Amino acid sequence: MSDKKITFSRRNFIRTSSLASGGLLIGFNLFNSCKPNAKAPVDLADLDYKDFNAYIKIAENGAVTLFSPNPEIGQGVKTAMPMLIAEELDVAWSNVNVVQGDLDTVNYQRQVAGGSQSIRLGWEPLRQTGATARQMLVNAAAARWGVDPSSCTTKNGVITNANGDTLGYGEVVTEAAALDVPENVSLKHPKDFTIIGTDAVNVDIDKIITGKPLYGIDYKADGMLYAAVVRSPAFGKKLVSFDASEAKASGNVIDIIEFDNKIAVLAKDTWSAFKAKKTIKAEWSIDTPLESTEDHDKILKKLLQDKEAKVLREDGNVDKAFAEADKILERIYEAPFLPHNCMEPMNFYANVTADKIHLVGPIQTPQRTATTIASNLGRKPDEVHLEMTRMGGGFGRRLYGDFAIEAATISNLAKKPIKVVYSREDDMTAGIYRPASKYKIKAAIKNGKITGYHLREAAVNGNMYGLIPNFFPAGAIENYKVDAANYQSKVTTGAWRAPYTNFLAFAEQSFFDELADELNVDRVQMRLDLLQKVKGTTDEKIEYSPERLENVIKLAVDKSNWGKTTANIYQGFSAYYCHNSHVAEVADVEVVNGQPVVKKVTCVIDCGIVVNPIGAENQAQGGVVDGIGHAMYGDFAFNKGVPSSKNFDTYRLIRMKEAPVVETHFVQNTLAPTGLGEPTLPPAGAAVANALKAVTGHRFTQQPFTKNPEHLKVQKKEIIG
Amino acid sequence: MPTYSIKINGKQQTVNVSEDTPLLWVLRDQLNLVGTKFGCGIGQCGACTVHINGTAMRSCSTPISVIADKEVTTIEGLSTDGLHPVQEAWKEVDVPQCGYCQAGQIMTASAFLAKNSSPSSEEIKNAMHGNICRCAAYNRIHKAVEVAATKLV
Repeated sequence: MSDKKITFSRRNFIRTSSLASGGLLIGFNLFNSCKPNAKAPVDLADLDYKDFNAYIKIAENGAVTLFSPNPEIGQGVKTAMPMLIAEELDVAWSNVNVVQGDLDTVNYQRQVAGGSQSIRLGWEPLRQTGATARQMLVNAAAARWGVDPSSCTTKNGVITNANGDTLGYGEVVTEAAALDVPENVSLKHPKDFTIIGTDAVNVDIDKIITGKPLYGIDYKADGMLYAAVVRSPAFGKKLVSFDASEAKASGNVIDIIEFDNKIAVLAKDTWSAFKAKKTIKAEWSIDTPLESTEDHDKILKKLLQDKEAKVLREDGNVDKAFAEADKILERIYEAPFLPHNCMEPMNFYANVTADKIHLVGPIQTPQRTATTIASNLGRKPDEVHLEMTRMGGGFGRRLYGDFAIEAATISNLAKKPIKVVYSREDDMTAGIYRPASKYKIKAAIKNGKITGYHLREAAVNGNMYGLIPNFFPAGAIENYKVDAANYQSKVTTGAWRAPYTNFLAFAEQSFFDELADELNVDRVQMRLDLLQKVKGTTDEKIEYSPERLENVIKLAVDKSNWGKTTANIYQGFSAYYCHNSHVAEVADVEVVNGQPVVKKVTCVIDCGIVVNPIGAENQAQGGVVDGIGHAMYGDFAFNKGVPSSKNFDTYRLIRMKEAPVVETHFVQNTLAPTGLGEPTLPPAGAAVANALKAVTGHRFTQQPFTKNPEHLKVQKKEIIG
Repeated sequence: MPTYSIKINGKQQTVNVSEDTPLLWVLRDQLNLVGTKFGCGIGQCGACTVHINGTAMRSCSTPISVIADKEVTTIEGLSTDGLHPVQEAWKEVDVPQCGYCQAGQIMTASAFLAKNSSPSSEEIKNAMHGNICRCAAYNRIHKAVEVAATKLV
């Protein structure tokens, strides 16, 4: 949890140079200075977490360009990361132009969008970058004036000395570029922030609202062909043969390429490629036994009952606690697979030539993808030039570069620049899904106290990451055990917004509600009492702060009028720590026309300093509504390897009329910022389920809640007036 | 391949495409108007919404062959300077997260407000229900439609 102290030295700067066009370009290597502590990253163990750097470009006319290093998937880092640099550089935000940096493995590190880590890990180094550049500019001005740099001040890109003389950054930038890089620059006190903590509208807003090319799917290059790909209709099938004669004969089709158990149709335009693809007659053989959700359900349920599983955390003597218990509460919670359904379907541009590999598109992991492609094609990594586009959503799907690898493979075989474009059906059926999972939670109760706790996970392909077992209630219950088992499936699975916790939080926070009923204690007080036991813990593995979790819980009680609402409002409570942030949520469900409707969610968040409040509120609201949407409607299954839905006519996403008002409250403090892309999603499902219990009498243990309409029938009478 | 003469954003254009080509792909691939987005191809998500004779329509499900004699407006043609009241409201409220669906949202909202400039909350929800925002920025979308309405009065 603690933020590592960062030492800063000139070796961190690897490039300071004057630009041919005039101006200063500083490249800032934070490889040594931004090593996250041993605990970070917390969530995505498979990611290559390194560090990163940033660029500042200042022109002689004073214009400032900041290069945003990390991929933008809608989480707002293209706005918020440059804000951190601009704050310490001391320039007016309105004068800053933000440009997306390309993949640059020499000058940037950790160009990844994942795990809600960009702002947390960028907080120190990005401010250091700005502060160092500012100090160089001040030193240049002081030298020209013949004064002590410490007598100079800066504001909005202007340096002022004790006599009141002024110089703009652009006027001294050429001299500044030739100076030594200063060490140990000081950073502002949070009370002096002028940009951090103020609202900055999305830096791409003008392009978005006027429809300018911005996304990978919008990218075009001379001679580029559009590729539509035929993939296996079911997980576990293999291509035997195919007849593409009709496709070849159709207008605008240029080539048909067979590769990696797939067939690509290359055409002059997207529609021709999509249409021709449908005429291909392919024969598939069954390569491995075809899996169905029914089979997975049986297997996972068995794994939940197995005596042994991989132990991820164990405190005390759980077996003894259960053996001596007066009562045991045990529940099983079940989650389906989920597709990501980014609004922008997967796509990528590739042009593989003898000299280089040019890649353009939406990718959360540009470095790993570029390295894989170079390796696959037997090329050197430095032959790859990858440009990141703004992404029409990520949610974890674009951590996996399969679509970019496809594009590079096809371009390499066709010897042409091509762009792979997925149809929605391709996107939904060639997914890397949230794994189906089940949790069994057991609590031992003795003398009215919780004496033991056992959480067993059974999931398809993967299991929760190493640190999750140290989330709440770890440390709060003496005899505590988390173990996990998995089943290796042919269905491809991976990270989905707030991996594992997106459902685990629902299971645990639903269980706590039921546990409070069982113990006949107040459900909020029960959580607070448990947290008391964690305060002052010497267990360094405990990930969350009991004080911060307690604080958001109390604030949520206050802000939501918990327990004091009018008749016909049924509330549900949930609180969760993940991705380094602490969140508590209260859902208000009302009965409207005989149906339960989620009207409002009060969401209290402690993510430290809020860098960009207007963006933060949007993230928080979106996370809550997304969490509710998938808990209510998200369902995805397989029948003999074939996905159950292919498009939005049968796969339901939350829409305007179902979205509650989300009232956000951010804890005001001066602690280093933590992530916001994910943490408000996990608690939402349980907040709603706990409220629905009050309305319907049904205790939801399976998602989606709409699976059985009987469960949503209102038991309470609607109160009118 | 047949030739079609169509009027897009006030400009007469000629394209050679098969008759079943959806307007969406004519805009994106033939005319380089990529502001209109591809989301589902079956008229379910609203990302491809344009105005046809002032009515919000799904361009992914509208073949080019039915466009003749009709006026098509895309996000690029909604205003010359990005200052349509709905665009202004979208910026003021800072609606987008990933931003991909927003052109469609703006086109739906602008067609709706042209017919009902003082909508109730329920009317806004009904009007915008057909447009999916995967980032779930529905609170902001709702607010921006309200703000846009005040600018239209």
